[in-house]
Amino acid sequence: MTAAAMAHGRDPHHAHGLEDAEHRGPAPKRIVTGYGFWIFILSDMVMFSCFFAAFAVLSGKTAGGPHGSELFNLRNVAIETGCLLMSSFVCGMASIAADMRNEFWFQIAMAVTCVLGLAFLWIEFREFADLVARGAGPSRSAFLSSFFTLVGCHGLHVSAGILWLLTMMAQVFAKGFRADIQRRFLCFALFWHALDIIWVAVFSIVYLLGSGT
Amino acid sequence: MSELELHDQADVAPGDEEEVRIGPRLIGYGVGLGLAILLTATSFFVAGTDLVWQPSIPVAIVVLAIAQMGVHLVFFLHITTGPDNTNNVMALAFGVLIVVLVIGGSLWIMANLNHNMMPMDQIMQMQR
Repeated sequence: MTAAAMAHGRDPHHAHGLEDAEHRGPAPKRIVTGYGFWIFILSDMVMFSCFFAAFAVLSGKTAGGPHGSELFNLRNVAIETGCLLMSSFVCGMASIAADMRNEFWFQIAMAVTCVLGLAFLWIEFREFADLVARGAGPSRSAFLSSFFTLVGCHGLHVSAGILWLLTMMAQVFAKGFRADIQRRFLCFALFWHALDIIWVAVFSIVYLLGSGT
Repeated sequence: MSELELHDQADVAPGDEEEVRIGPRLIGYGVGLGLAILLTATSFFVAGTDLVWQPSIPVAIVVLAIAQMGVHLVFFLHITTGPDNTNNVMALAFGVLIVVLVIGGSLWIMANLNHNMMPMDQIMQMQR
């Protein structure tokens, strides 16, 4: 292609595909917004990877305190995992409803997503309160500090996600499926699915590996 | 958005699907959910069982977790290998590179330090 372009006396950098791109102008706003938010999510994952690295390094440093295997209740973790997975799935249903511009099913799906997210947060909060009450709070050992930082940071993200979710429900209710609202919802769906991906790493590495040893 | 714009663009926003019909999209999410449940159940089962060789359990859990993240990326976030998804995949690849460097590097360095450093009580004795 380059040779052909040269033969026509044109700049090789303006070969076929790029020429097309030039005529099309800038990418649609939905792609620019979504891509920018995707970069944010990836940087958020890099931040989580630092907490994961800290946890992996410190997971054995219990300072004579309790190990993960004495603290974790895997049945609770399984319920939490189910809540978050189902809420991610229902959030996908809300995406379909938003693309169909069906407000009734959109609001239903978002409400279910919200309830499942709140159930997850409630179980996590009870677990934290229980650990602190048993004297295994974040100040007990390096292992517990890194545990509370990592899992608590994920919990904070879920809390922020729920606030955003309620905002989206209100905005769709008040303003309908305008293009800007649809872009915000695209970003919200990305965020919510990404939180579920991080939870997969949390339950595998923190809870399942942590309770094994 | 005009017809031309929809079909002629070279990129797709992350999270957007090329499929627009409702049936196949529902099936896609359903398949993703089924696979995710299967992988989660397997890793919880493997973590608690005595049926498999014990040293293989951590490796199995990590492999299952990575597989499940892949399932989420493809079926929920719609990050695919399609040509109009290249930018999204490249950004993801860079993110994965950084994550691997941070976690792998930390574990490697700290394991080395643990191995090479004198135990803490001996250091304190020397400083007395």
